[in-house]
Amino acid sequence: MKAFAQLLDALSFQHGRNGKIALLRRYLETTPDQDRGWALSALTGDLSLRQAKPGLVRGLVMERVDETLFKLSYDYVGDLAETVALIWPEQPGANRIPSVSELIETVEQAGKSELPGILSSWFDAMTATERWATIKLITGALRIGVSARLAKTALAQHAGITPDEIEEVWHAVEAPYEDLLAWLDGKGPRPDPSHSAAFRPVMLAHPLDEADLETFDPSDFRAEWKWDGIRIQIVGESGKLRLYTRTGDEIGAAFPDLIESLELDATLDGELLVMRDGVVAPFADLQKRLNRKTVSATMMASHPVHVRLYDILIRAGRDLRTLPFDQRRSELESCYQEQAPARMDLSELVPFKSWGDLSALRSSILTTGVEGLMLKRGDSAYLPGRPKGPWFKWKRDPHLIDAVLMYAQRGHGKRSSFYSDFTFGVWRNGDIVPVGKAYFGFTDEELQQLDKWVRNNSTERFGPVRAVKQELVLEVAFEGLQRSPRHKSGVAMRFPRISRIRWDKPAAEADVIETLEAMLP
Amino acid sequence: MTKAPDWLKPLRGGLYCEPGDFWVDPTRTVDRAVITHGHADHARPGNHSVLATPETIAIMVDRYGERAGAILEETRYGQSTNLGEVKVTLRPAGHVLGSAQVVLEHRGERIVVSGDYKRRRDPTCAPFEPVTCDLFITEATFALPVFRHPDDTTEMQRLLTVRETFPDRALLVGAYSLGKAQRIICLLREAGHDRPIFIHGALEAINATYRRFGIDLGDLRPVMETPKADMAGEIVVAPPSTLNDRWSRRLPDPVTCFASGWMGVRARARQRGVEVPLVISDHADWDELNRTLDEVAAPHVWVTHGAEEALIHAAKLRGFDARALSLVGYDEEAE
Repeated sequence: MKAFAQLLDALSFQHGRNGKIALLRRYLETTPDQDRGWALSALTGDLSLRQAKPGLVRGLVMERVDETLFKLSYDYVGDLAETVALIWPEQPGANRIPSVSELIETVEQAGKSELPGILSSWFDAMTATERWATIKLITGALRIGVSARLAKTALAQHAGITPDEIEEVWHAVEAPYEDLLAWLDGKGPRPDPSHSAAFRPVMLAHPLDEADLETFDPSDFRAEWKWDGIRIQIVGESGKLRLYTRTGDEIGAAFPDLIESLELDATLDGELLVMRDGVVAPFADLQKRLNRKTVSATMMASHPVHVRLYDILIRAGRDLRTLPFDQRRSELESCYQEQAPARMDLSELVPFKSWGDLSALRSSILTTGVEGLMLKRGDSAYLPGRPKGPWFKWKRDPHLIDAVLMYAQRGHGKRSSFYSDFTFGVWRNGDIVPVGKAYFGFTDEELQQLDKWVRNNSTERFGPVRAVKQELVLEVAFEGLQRSPRHKSGVAMRFPRISRIRWDKPAAEADVIETLEAMLP
Repeated sequence: MTKAPDWLKPLRGGLYCEPGDFWVDPTRTVDRAVITHGHADHARPGNHSVLATPETIAIMVDRYGERAGAILEETRYGQSTNLGEVKVTLRPAGHVLGSAQVVLEHRGERIVVSGDYKRRRDPTCAPFEPVTCDLFITEATFALPVFRHPDDTTEMQRLLTVRETFPDRALLVGAYSLGKAQRIICLLREAGHDRPIFIHGALEAINATYRRFGIDLGDLRPVMETPKADMAGEIVVAPPSTLNDRWSRRLPDPVTCFASGWMGVRARARQRGVEVPLVISDHADWDELNRTLDEVAAPHVWVTHGAEEALIHAAKLRGFDARALSLVGYDEEAE
């Protein structure tokens, strides 16, 4: 537990992706199998102990600490788990610190009445950081900014393979992953992912550079609408049914309406949408159904989900991924006819003769739910990751507004000396109200200029944030707008970024809130 | 319980000793000052006569030049001086080089003003000596039971592990220029780190003073004269204000570390955007504060600058007559 606690601690302060991977790799390289296996399961979210409620640890600490002192401390620290970890009176030598695997196995087997005593005796021997990590682990809330994909990427780098090779076998192995680790260390065979309804790495597209179109022959490509939902994979195999995000996180439990009555012997690629009477609802509606462990009947009725199918990877045990797109499309169509799954339909192929046709179609998109077009080579195999060449996304042009810079915040890691997170607003009745925040879209050189401007034009400082003179206009690009009660302006932007710095434009000529309100769906 | 001594008064401007006609760490200019240590909120310029340890006086002269005081009276630890009707003795406080507790004796009563202090070993200064007394005036910077500073050696090991994890990045350690920076350097040397350590220009004068008093800091080099690439994988020590400052851009992709007692609380570390919080403090932690109260066994305790409430509560539970002393002008946050 010592090394794992230090890892969680270090990760919680490390903002950079590469920094996190470096920490994870070091841990994987220096930790024995059982422990690193369990640690991996905790980091990827496979493990959910959830044996203890925060109230339990609070009760334990109150047996040992004066109430007034606890209250003063909690007021100061602000976080219960952390307060308990810090305030616990250590008794060195009272016990020894368990290993990660010992800790998890003990907690899993412990009866409800035994757990408090076990925890107390561990806490006596642990350091504050180890208690903090233990509390996080047993209450099931790591929240250290590591996604399952990032943990697998570190594991893959450690083993010298690609993350997709890990994904291929991930759902065929179970914590503490002895067979997976043995394979990665060259000491065992590759775990067999067939019959386990495992996730297959998803194929992604590059943004289209319009200049390239001239070199492409339109007859080599197929076009589809790019729907604004989330990309998912549905796997039916050996009677098992699973639903994955494009990064391989399993999300089936939150969508019983989709999978419970489904019978499928195939691996399908599609877009998850909320759809009412055949009309795709705005992304905000879908968001209500995401990131949940379970879902209520009311929610299922008010926000019904639907899948629009793009591709087929495996059909009745036959791996189709090496076949060209056109052939997979026929397989997808016949599979769809044959199995007629409820709540699904086929993504329509958009007919076109020339790039001009398609360009006209793209600029005429009015429907909500469409982000743009997808272009796929008819001869493209289904390749994991984001290969260059076979697939392109051609998004509709973003919305643009001119907004006024209001606040700037220092970034993290490489950007910690730069004011790099910008809050901007538009006019409402003679005042500027904030409408969004963006931290990319500019070049490194522009960032230097913005940073300098912020430092020279600050009006107030609040910790890492500076308020600035409301004088600099930023052209902000964004994908869509939603109503949001959490924002003062009542609107929230999707995917905002700084597209240009309008050094030339006076703030008085920035946009007004009414312009934004008119864009609401 | 006996009455508390009444000849040292908390006034606006600091602690005033009437029968000796002098002030301890005055926050405005006075005729006669006794200074506990060289940090700028305790040692201010412009007093007429100053009594302090030779180290503290050297630090003040480095910083203030002629404004350090017209009459500078060096007093070594343990040496007594009579000021008016009061006998004044300085005893080590273990906070930074030259830091002292002020022991005051008058009419058979003894008062100890702790100044800032810590109880753990520090290779750069003499260790705290507990002196029994009738009234103990203690600091309370980290007076909450959530502040239990871990062992220095484990914190240094952590820093050296970070260096191995990120061999291509500089390790920028923010540490207060007087005391903390030199202590970090010495602890790194003790942990076996014998590479050159790179230094912000603001530390040079104070480092020279430490060396003059026999503290060996090893091979130190100015950041300003070092090419950026040469600092990859190296440790850089600089004042905390540089952590998120443009100055840090002269370092190769720095990992920001901050050595302070406040780093024990995660929110404090996150507020500053610190990637590696190092819990190394020059102030007593909760256990050390309480142990010190027990050792000096003063029936009367005044608690100043910090989280007074918790320490007073804990002291009262053990039978001390403890009360808060609100002295304005001392920096509760700086560490």
